[in-house]
Amino acid sequence: MSAAAADIGATAGQDRFAQATQLQLTWWRFRRHRLALISLFIVALFYAVAVFADFLAISDPHATDARRSFIPPQAIHLFDDGAFRPHVYGLRGVRDPQTFKLVYTPDPNRKLPVTLFARGYDYALFGLFETNIHLLGIEGGSRGDGIFLLGTDQLGRDLYSRMVVATRVSLSIGLAGVTLSLLLGVLLGGISGLYGGWVDTVIQRVIEILRSIPTIPLWMGLAAALPNTWSVTQVYLAITVIISLIGWTDLARVVRGRFLSLREEDFVVAAELAGASQGRIIFRHMLPSFASHIIAAVSLALPAMIVSETALSFLGLGLRPPAVSWGILLQDAQNIQVLAGAPWLLSAAVPVTVVILAFNFLGDGLRDAADPYG
Amino acid sequence: MNVLEVSELRKHYPIRAGLLRREVGRVRAVDGVSFHIAAGETLALVGESGCGKTTVSRCILRALRATSGEIRFAPEDGRVVELVGLPKRQLRPLRRHMQMIFQDPYSSLNPRMMVGDIIAEPLKVNGVPAAERQARVLELLDLVQMPASARSRFPHAFSGGQRQRIGIARALALQPRLVVADEPVSALDVSVQAQIINLLLDLQDRLRLSMLFVAHDLGVVRHVSDRVAVMYVGRIVEVAPTATLYRTPRHPYTEALLAAVPAPDPARRGRQLAVLGEVADPANPPPGCAFHPRCPYAVERCRIERPELTEVTPGRWTSCHRARELELAGVG
Amino acid sequence: MRPTPMAEPIALAVRDLAVRFEMEQGNVHALEGVSFDLRAGRTLGIVGESGCGKSVTARSILRIIDRPGRITGGRILLDPGTPQEVDLAALDPESARMRAVRGGRVGLIFQEPMTALSVHYTVGNQIIEAVRQHSDISKAEARNRAIELLREVGIPRPETRIDAYPFELSGGLRQRVGIAMALAGDPDILIADEPTTALDVTTQAQILALLRRLQAEKRIALMLITHDMGVIAEMTDEVAVMYLGRVVEYAPVAALFAAPRHPYTRALLRAVPSVLAAPRQRLATIGGAVPHPGARPAGCAFHPRCAEVIPGRCTAEMPPAIPPGIAGASCFLDVPA
Ligand SMILES: Nc1ncnc2c1ncn2[C@@H]1O[C@H](COP(=O)(O)OP(=O)(O)OP(=O)(O)O)[C@@H](O)[C@H]1O
Ligand SMILES: Nc1ncnc2c1ncn2[C@@H]1O[C@H](COP(=O)(O)OP(=O)(O)O)[C@@H](O)[C@H]1O
Ligand code: SF4
Ligand code: SF4
Ligand SMILES: [Mg+2]
Ligand SMILES: [Mg+2]
Repeated sequence: MSAAAADIGATAGQDRFAQATQLQLTWWRFRRHRLALISLFIVALFYAVAVFADFLAISDPHATDARRSFIPPQAIHLFDDGAFRPHVYGLRGVRDPQTFKLVYTPDPNRKLPVTLFARGYDYALFGLFETNIHLLGIEGGSRGDGIFLLGTDQLGRDLYSRMVVATRVSLSIGLAGVTLSLLLGVLLGGISGLYGGWVDTVIQRVIEILRSIPTIPLWMGLAAALPNTWSVTQVYLAITVIISLIGWTDLARVVRGRFLSLREEDFVVAAELAGASQGRIIFRHMLPSFASHIIAAVSLALPAMIVSETALSFLGLGLRPPAVSWGILLQDAQNIQVLAGAPWLLSAAVPVTVVILAFNFLGDGLRDAADPYG
Repeated sequence: MNVLEVSELRKHYPIRAGLLRREVGRVRAVDGVSFHIAAGETLALVGESGCGKTTVSRCILRALRATSGEIRFAPEDGRVVELVGLPKRQLRPLRRHMQMIFQDPYSSLNPRMMVGDIIAEPLKVNGVPAAERQARVLELLDLVQMPASARSRFPHAFSGGQRQRIGIARALALQPRLVVADEPVSALDVSVQAQIINLLLDLQDRLRLSMLFVAHDLGVVRHVSDRVAVMYVGRIVEVAPTATLYRTPRHPYTEALLAAVPAPDPARRGRQLAVLGEVADPANPPPGCAFHPRCPYAVERCRIERPELTEVTPGRWTSCHRARELELAGVG
Repeated sequence: MRPTPMAEPIALAVRDLAVRFEMEQGNVHALEGVSFDLRAGRTLGIVGESGCGKSVTARSILRIIDRPGRITGGRILLDPGTPQEVDLAALDPESARMRAVRGGRVGLIFQEPMTALSVHYTVGNQIIEAVRQHSDISKAEARNRAIELLREVGIPRPETRIDAYPFELSGGLRQRVGIAMALAGDPDILIADEPTTALDVTTQAQILALLRRLQAEKRIALMLITHDMGVIAEMTDEVAVMYLGRVVEYAPVAALFAAPRHPYTRALLRAVPSVLAAPRQRLATIGGAVPHPGARPAGCAFHPRCAEVIPGRCTAEMPPAIPPGIAGASCFLDVPA
């Protein structure tokens, strides 16, 4: 390409730039951020898994079977005698020579064909449509047979399926927590930045006090106060509230700071001088100017929420079985003896790490792209 | 017929310190300023940085609340409103009659709105119907010599000068009586600055605008203003018709300002004179005449007694004890 | 015209300097073949509108261009024609040699003095640091030298002001401190990039007087960058007018104002508001605005705004650059004398 052609300012290009909306400019800038773009894809993938969790799961994540405990990860064999015939090995019951208990181990002689859109346990897609179609399944096979991509846990539950379902819980609890934080943060931060004066002082002091309390003891106290009799859903909601109790302070600070600086911007003064009402100034002129900052702040707050839930559940203070979350899965990996025999239980740490990193890169990219003029 | 009469305007900022944020002093940003602007007239407000020019203009527009004083504004012939004590509710309908042109062409336009919407915004909030708004936006763009296609573009597509034109169009949208322009050309390049100055002159002629023109560039001021008010540390020290003020300043500070301007003419090199010292601190102004620590003509009286702004010759007001006796040098 | 007779030796010669910013949106040719000389005891004015490359010129001499900027051609010769001649453009910006030149031989005064000063240290600390970077003296000696420097730039009560933080000083005093910093290594070449643009006229007059005095005392070669024709007329000996990364006119200051040779210079001079204007006097304007250097017009870069454009020729062909040291204009209409 000639140097002249590479230069900016080709009329068509400039025109595109001139008519680009804020959103487009942000997107163009974001696109240049490789890592953030990849992260966006990963995050989207995770949420897709969360939405289609039951469809992607293979075995019932809650179905226990003591005889198939601690089965190591099984591979799907694609070829059988040179022909494409995906299959897994069936399980064979053997007596443990020490405990005399019947346990299952893979039997290379029994090949169970793997099929797509197989029938499995019943579930409701999107909570609406009753179905039992799953992405993968096996044909034939007897009770106890299955595809254990990541092995099984002590109670014989398929770790892969549990992890898929846990994704839904962990990600949604982060999302719910962030939504709650966002509501609190925007509301209180907005009031703080908009009205100033003693209201601002009070809110700022509250934020400082909340932030100065060490989080772990605070959580422990609050979580310990949850009655044992509460249902899974109740606990879930309570945990959401607990983790967003801290999260909102960050968002409130972002919002307040933006309000304070925007109030001084000439274009906001211009709107005021034109006679625009307070509401119009806030919603038409100020909020759009920092929506992108809020999105960035949210994507940075989300991983913190997810980690919080994981940590709480891991410590046994958060969700409780039979709920499945990443924290609960990791709880199973707490015991060093268990781990020594079944190291695959640790694989629950992988999605946590990946999603946290992805969210952080995504947040950084969004933050940089949020202000195409700054 | 005066469009604006300001008298004894004061704006003090409290200086707070300590845990209880007790007031320990006051920045006298504006400390007793009086002037008027006649219909169709442009009054320039000049002075060094921090002397209170922006504060005065923002008080007039009620973007700031004055500490005391009176601002009488005539939104239309035969009606005069006092702005300082006016409740917010009654202020809103008046806003359309006084508008502002900003200094910074970048921060004064909402980057999230298209140019057409930016110009239409004052019309919209003042209840002009949509069809009429469209026509008016085109008219305004034409008035500031911008193509109609600018409507559907975002501010980032325009240069500083073009953005300033858009800002001017927005200020004129409601056909205001008074336009306050705070350093409207100081952020622009020379060639673009000349275009905007000419545009402002044309608009003054065509629309018979009354304008308060805040600037620190004395060259620009000479081109656009009918009268000039010189400010020093929160007070006006001299007001006079432009040509008179430049040719025969009566206040030593005016003389010092004029002498400091470097002339674009190497033949006049070396005439540029530097006044000594620094601007006084408005939180702690010197007693007597605030200019006395820098004034080469200061006498004992200047250190004790504050000179009042008095009319030395018709139309020219000066606050200097020695205004009548000094022979000061001007330009042109 | 003959080369202007100038006895003073050339301290720094810039030849065909080209600087490019390579960015994702495309390349910006910030400088395209800039040449000029700086002579001991004389002042070269560089004038032009924003974005024409004044700051990039200054920063490339000191080898401190921001990324992704890069010198893509030309030479920057320190002490040309002498045995010590060195091409700064060929040095590694981080080399010891370049660091010694920076501040030691060539001082830089910024437009906004706060960019050169840190808010976390006292004025004294920063000047002492700068002094010790270029000479091997004790802390106490350096402190005395710093006080001396502050006195030299006209700061009252330097013994107490040395312990002030930059934010405790007014804009004018800060710029004086900025000048003291630039002088700390005792340079013989001083580059002042719009040193008075952020200041009031009164303070500007003080700072210009200071620069004039320092230059006369120390026989400094001064490169004064400004966009103010008044400052040019007041301060300089020779002037280079820049437009879109090129020197379009070079002339002794009197000649530039008496008989500007480039249409851009002529238009620029007419566009300057004057304190001598008649009431409500219109200014001559130049149509349009400076294009972005990434969208440089073909042929003579000034042609879309030029009142004297020769259709066909100016739009296609680039007028030749001005040979260094010779008065002239880079325009087809200019007849070399
Ligand atoms: N919010 C504030 N709190 C305290 N002091 C203030 C505030 N706003 C302005 N001041 C002070 O009031 C004085 C006048 O300020 P103002 O902005 O009106 O000056 P100006 O003449 O417009 O200066 P410039 O030429 O720099 O724009 C200054 O000393 C300034 O520091
Ligand atoms: N850090 C940078 N990144 C990209 N482009 C730059 C950078 N610095 C300068 N430029 C380009 O170089 C041109 C010349 O800039 P500059 O020398 O700063 O102009 P001025 O004459 O106003 O000092 C500018 O128009 C700008 O596009
Ligand atoms: S009153 Fe005195 S100090 Fe003030 S300006 Fe006049 S002569 Fe100077
Ligand atoms: S070369 Fe042509 S376009 Fe360029 S300045 Fe000269 S006459 Fe104008
Ligand atoms: Mg101001
Ligand atoms: Mg610059």
